[in-house]
Amino acid sequence: MDDQQLLRYSRHILLDGFGVEAQEKLAASTVLVVGAGGLASGVLPFLASAGVGKLLIADGDTVDLTNLQRQIIHRESSIGHNKASSAKQSLAAINSSIEITAIETRLDAAGLARMVETVDLVVDCTDNFVTRHAINAACVLSKTPLVSGAAIRCDGQLMTFDFKSEHSPCYACVFPDSPDAVEAEEDRCGVMGVFAPLVGVIGASQAADALKMLTGFGELSVGRLRLFSAATMTWREVRVRRDTGCRVCGTSPLTLARPEQESYA
Amino acid sequence: MLNIKVNGHQTALPLGATVDQLVTQLALEGKRYAIERNGKIVPKSAVGGTPIEDGDQFEVVIAVGGG
Repeated sequence: MDDQQLLRYSRHILLDGFGVEAQEKLAASTVLVVGAGGLASGVLPFLASAGVGKLLIADGDTVDLTNLQRQIIHRESSIGHNKASSAKQSLAAINSSIEITAIETRLDAAGLARMVETVDLVVDCTDNFVTRHAINAACVLSKTPLVSGAAIRCDGQLMTFDFKSEHSPCYACVFPDSPDAVEAEEDRCGVMGVFAPLVGVIGASQAADALKMLTGFGELSVGRLRLFSAATMTWREVRVRRDTGCRVCGTSPLTLARPEQESYA
Repeated sequence: MLNIKVNGHQTALPLGATVDQLVTQLALEGKRYAIERNGKIVPKSAVGGTPIEDGDQFEVVIAVGGG
């Protein structure tokens, strides 16, 4: 790091247990953020400002007017433009010294699996269960750490998985993929609404977990499902253990490659 | 009878009941849910074989998918 960088990141470097070493780890890291909506609006600015060396942002959607109430990474001028590219533009203004790649198309399961293999960590900021399961399966297969967040109405959920540990549960251990489960219309922000700062709370928490996982700084909350209510401003956490009968990470996994899942929204 | 709490509400189940009976009673099948017993998630593969004990506290956590 040169003097300018040491100055730029000095408030991290000053932290006990962080230091130049952790900062250099961030600079050498590549993170994939899937989805560039509300949660990503909380995640991405912190990953960029904190100096994560390479960010890959994937989203096939375009920004619309109803997104702007909470997806603060986008601007009025971004309406109609691809979300990944709009996010990239905002982040480039925050930190021009990092490399940001916008993936503007929907990846199929194979593309997702390929991409997950090349990164140090994945942050799930998607808005549907099909993609959540595809990301989880790809991360389990490649042992890539995963920080999963979700938000609707006033309720947020957060889970961080370190698949390098053989005891780690996975997303499907907690919420197994069930082909019978209807993709309930009421789960969508467009139907139920979402309290704007909720995505910031969950997104910033995902960023914290991602930075901690990449650097080893602080204590990481793995193997826990953390539930946040923006209505009461309270957190609750539940212990999760690996399900040996899990179809994704269990002792006899059935569907690791998930070839039937072709795209995410 | 077994006196238990589900989402903070007192309820009763017959002696010998297992967690899958509670899942049926709560009409959770086909939903994206996790069931928490005394602060820990009951793995789905263990739901059928997990006996309920008097005084157990359950919380049903429905998966949130929005982003």
